[in-house]
Amino acid sequence: MLSGATIEVINLTKRYGDVEALRGVSFAVNEGEVFGLLGPNGAGKTSTVEILEGLRTPDSGSVSVCGLDPQTSGAEFKYVIGASLQATALPDKMRVREALDLFGSFYPQRRSTQELLGRFGLEEKRNAFYSQLSGGQKQRLALAMALVNNPRVVFLDEPTAGLDPQVRREIYDIVEELKKEKKTILLTTHYIEEAEKLCDRVAIVDHGKVIALGTPRELKQRSGAVTRITVRMARPETNGALGKLEGVTECRTEADDYLLYSTRVPRTIVALVKHLEEQNNELVSLDIAAPSLEDIFLELTGRRLRD
Amino acid sequence: MSRVLGHTWALTVIRMRLAMRNRAFLFFSLITPLAFLFGYGAISKRFGPGAMPYLLAMVLALTVMGSFWGLSVQLVTFREQGILRRFRVTPVGASAMLASSLISNYFLTLPTIAIEFYISRSLFHMAGLGNLLSVFILVTIGTVTFASLGLIVASVTNTMQETQIINQIIWFAFLFISGATIPFPKLPAMLQSVAVFLPATYLVSGLQRAMVDHTNVTELGAYLASLIGCALIAFVVAAQLFRWEPETKATRKAKLWAAAAVIPFLMLGAWETFNGDLRRHAMKDLQSIQEPYSLERIEH
Repeated sequence: MLSGATIEVINLTKRYGDVEALRGVSFAVNEGEVFGLLGPNGAGKTSTVEILEGLRTPDSGSVSVCGLDPQTSGAEFKYVIGASLQATALPDKMRVREALDLFGSFYPQRRSTQELLGRFGLEEKRNAFYSQLSGGQKQRLALAMALVNNPRVVFLDEPTAGLDPQVRREIYDIVEELKKEKKTILLTTHYIEEAEKLCDRVAIVDHGKVIALGTPRELKQRSGAVTRITVRMARPETNGALGKLEGVTECRTEADDYLLYSTRVPRTIVALVKHLEEQNNELVSLDIAAPSLEDIFLELTGRRLRD
Repeated sequence: MSRVLGHTWALTVIRMRLAMRNRAFLFFSLITPLAFLFGYGAISKRFGPGAMPYLLAMVLALTVMGSFWGLSVQLVTFREQGILRRFRVTPVGASAMLASSLISNYFLTLPTIAIEFYISRSLFHMAGLGNLLSVFILVTIGTVTFASLGLIVASVTNTMQETQIINQIIWFAFLFISGATIPFPKLPAMLQSVAVFLPATYLVSGLQRAMVDHTNVTELGAYLASLIGCALIAFVVAAQLFRWEPETKATRKAKLWAAAAVIPFLMLGAWETFNGDLRRHAMKDLQSIQEPYSLERIEH
């Protein structure tokens, strides 16, 4: 381990039959960092995480976690990691308290069940069966289980997939707290806002490759800093004049909206208002958005993340 | 080592709890053998006062053989539902997982055995308890052996459906041509020659000898050695073939390995075919059962 990084991934490849899931993935995560793998389903996020957790073996390339090889380090490795898998399943008739007691008992050092129940808001559900929990409660339990051994490194594979927005925010708060505890966290997501909100650094993954890597801010700056202006008008525009306004590099339509990508926002706005006056058209709504990771993904791949 | 024991014990405790909450498990491991006991008990009087130990031995054998289903099947469900993967990112190893199947199953079987003895004594007026030490050792070793055989099936099958089908086939063989339901000497000669290769047959015969003849454990050495050998091979093979992931499939080679578990009983069966020891004892024990009194005699 040359770089001293907590998690190191070098040139991973993995093939399932005819599908090349990973085609040379490399990145490093520093101690105490929240690192996000962002990409659409099937991009190779889960394969990468599962190789790091020791659940899968790569075809080539190497990984290390806290200087340990997941495949050969045995219990020593298991003690330093905590994981919430993409689909954590427990027996239907296992009680919440029992699950935490059981998984805690596997480690020489553990957090108390009582503490975890309180912290993850599962106090009232302590005696409930796993099958009686809601999706959000199951996910909170999965996170509590991932922390039962007070690990140095935490893997969260799609921690908020399929949860409603309010529950998702609860999970964000939990991750924020872990961040304060200086845990090293690797999380995968296909939600842009999650990556932007939670991650110190993000690797954008597509078709088994890292196509961009940096802090969310760096990534946005690197993208050419085009700002998106979303315009809705009383009457639709037909002649493509919007694309020719000052500062506009690109114009797209999405339903009733026009998306103008501009490098000089104030100039574009002035030109837009003038144009509307000339056409005797009215502005219904106007939204100015700094470039998001979504735009960057679109720019890099020509596709939207959630397609 | 102490770590593995700790994990095994923690898993054993939780799996016993889960089993007790599972209606299907309770039905097969408690209700079914008790139903047989009440069935046999109800007709025992017609076979004379000495018949109950012989009949109880059959029920005990059924109960022990039930371990074949027991908690080994639970592992297939765990694997299919992705529960095992979660254990894989913890320090828990395959051997702790497998051993917990055997131990929890054993602890759940013992009370059923005790209840069966109690009912036989109190309700069906069974005289004596047989050779209790021999019974206890046969039950202990038999439970582990049949649960290990269940583990082998669990490790070579890929889906719950496959497991169920293979288990059904083997289970029916155990049930009907081992002497557990139809006394061995009453089986057609052809089936008898097949039965001497089944572990179940020796379990039934051993239990009947312990119950009826009060046979000492030392005289059951060959039976016990074969059961232990079978259990050991089955456990080691099952540990080798153990799979955490639902998508990893059992290979053809793996399935061949599983066949190694029958070696001890191939040897014992071959020996028995020439020697006829089991047949002699089976005939003798059957004599503890008298032919049913004819209806005419009862009426008069």
